[in-house]
Amino acid sequence: MSDDLSFFFLLMSNGLLIGLMYSLIALGFVLVYKATDAINFAQGEFVMIAGFVTAGALMVWGAPLWVAVALALVSLVAFGFVLERVMLRRLIGRPVIAVVMATIGLAAILRGVGPFVIFSGTKPLPLPIRDEPFMLGPIFIPPIQLLGAGVSLAFLAGFGWFFLKSRKGIAMRAVADNQQVAMAMGIDVERYFGVAWAMTGVVSALGGILWGNLLGVDVNLALVGFKVFPVVILGGLDSIPGAIIGGLIVGVVENIAAGYVDPYVGGGTKDFAPYVLMILALMIRPYGIFGKRIIERV
Amino acid sequence: MASDATRPLLSVKNVEVIYDHVILVLKGVSLSVPEGGIVALLGANGAGKSTTLKAISGLLRTERGEVTKGVIEFRGDPTLRRDPSEVVRRGIVQVMEGRHVFEHLTVEENLLTGAYTRRDGHAAQRDLDLVYRYFPRLAERRGFAAGYVSGGEQQMVAIGRALMARPTLMLLDEPSMGLAPMLVKEIFDIVARLNREEGLAVLLAEQNATMALRVAQYGYVMENGRIVLDGDARTISENEDIKEFYLGLTGVGQRKSYRDVKHYRRRKRWLS
Repeated sequence: MSDDLSFFFLLMSNGLLIGLMYSLIALGFVLVYKATDAINFAQGEFVMIAGFVTAGALMVWGAPLWVAVALALVSLVAFGFVLERVMLRRLIGRPVIAVVMATIGLAAILRGVGPFVIFSGTKPLPLPIRDEPFMLGPIFIPPIQLLGAGVSLAFLAGFGWFFLKSRKGIAMRAVADNQQVAMAMGIDVERYFGVAWAMTGVVSALGGILWGNLLGVDVNLALVGFKVFPVVILGGLDSIPGAIIGGLIVGVVENIAAGYVDPYVGGGTKDFAPYVLMILALMIRPYGIFGKRIIERV
Repeated sequence: MASDATRPLLSVKNVEVIYDHVILVLKGVSLSVPEGGIVALLGANGAGKSTTLKAISGLLRTERGEVTKGVIEFRGDPTLRRDPSEVVRRGIVQVMEGRHVFEHLTVEENLLTGAYTRRDGHAAQRDLDLVYRYFPRLAERRGFAAGYVSGGEQQMVAIGRALMARPTLMLLDEPSMGLAPMLVKEIFDIVARLNREEGLAVLLAEQNATMALRVAQYGYVMENGRIVLDGDARTISENEDIKEFYLGLTGVGQRKSYRDVKHYRRRKRWLS
């Protein structure tokens, strides 16, 4: 295989694996949007806080790994529930901008509170996996990316099954579709809002642990949240398969950009290439690849 | 339990409803539905039929409406101020006006949401078969997104979905709305069959008085938030005023000519 081709494969495989890790975070965003119509601008900060909790438990308090992971899961789930109960439930029925502004405010608060309460500076988040990459011919794969992709796929499949097949999942989609009718069918709508935020807590906790290991934990960890927007716009705001596809596209596009364009312009294309794609997508297919169109009958 | 024989399934007494704390929509409505009966609630647009149904099912709250006076009893238990999901569990389910289906769910998923309040998964499967027996067209469409099936099929989804909750009483709001006469007849026939074969009691709010009185045993006529007339279905359909205003017939039993209607309307406008 020529060097050019193997370089291309390397970029692709890395992009796909990283992309799945974006999908995981995007899933948190999609879950909330699907069930409650709220746009969560604090998704990245959820991930960051999960990173802080895990790294804090490991490095500051010296807890074993499973305790740290369990702590991250429990605290993020609880946080999701409480947040819905205390803040977001009061915003039901208000204009969309109210929720948007509230979550932007929440993001700023979390960025301040995380370092203040748990630790400041950057801490690593070590996981007991090996550092040396697996070699597959010319392609090398860092184990953390493999783990991240595996966890992402498992959860994406799990949530996919939940929404398509389980009684509660169907009820949740019904809530997302029409709240009043869902209520008429005896579905306790408000409880499902809480459930959606708690599920976002779960994926954010996992995302925080994986991305925290990859990037190290500090306030900048929240920046992965920004990648969620191109992912969900490309895939569709309310689609789980869309989150997967969108994540893969964003992962591949930024890697390809970094590999082929960066050498000519001196770097940095990785950070904006997905947004170019996002804007194009908005112009061509505003509901995303899998997003639901609003069904209108005439 | 001697009173059981005489006690109606549902009784609504003197109910007053206020929207937004100011607008009085129902001004003391009383009605009752017997076990296994079909009762029609007739009246023009805005008479308060939907509000009455929503007061019973508890859905009023989602529209900033409030029952300020009166009693609603289902089998002798007060249902007022209960959660809509609690009302469904007790056996009252409302089919809302305007064929509200979950558009992005398939027909079958829509039906399954109706069984939400029931814990027994096998029963849900059996009832799915029951619904498909009454609405064979839905069986053909089960995998389609409900937003894309025809209007008549959507109404069938809405009724079938409500059936999945295994209600004792169905509150059926304007099932004829926007449907072709053939379909209206088909749907009313199925409602009558459900009543006969499954013992389902129905409170049927309708503008289409002719159709409603054909399946109902008893009827109430509403105007401006009040019941102005009630009686068994035959008496009501023979009442001169009802013929005139709701059935579009003149005294001699013939269809009114359009010229007369125009004349009548013109005079009325001039008076006001």
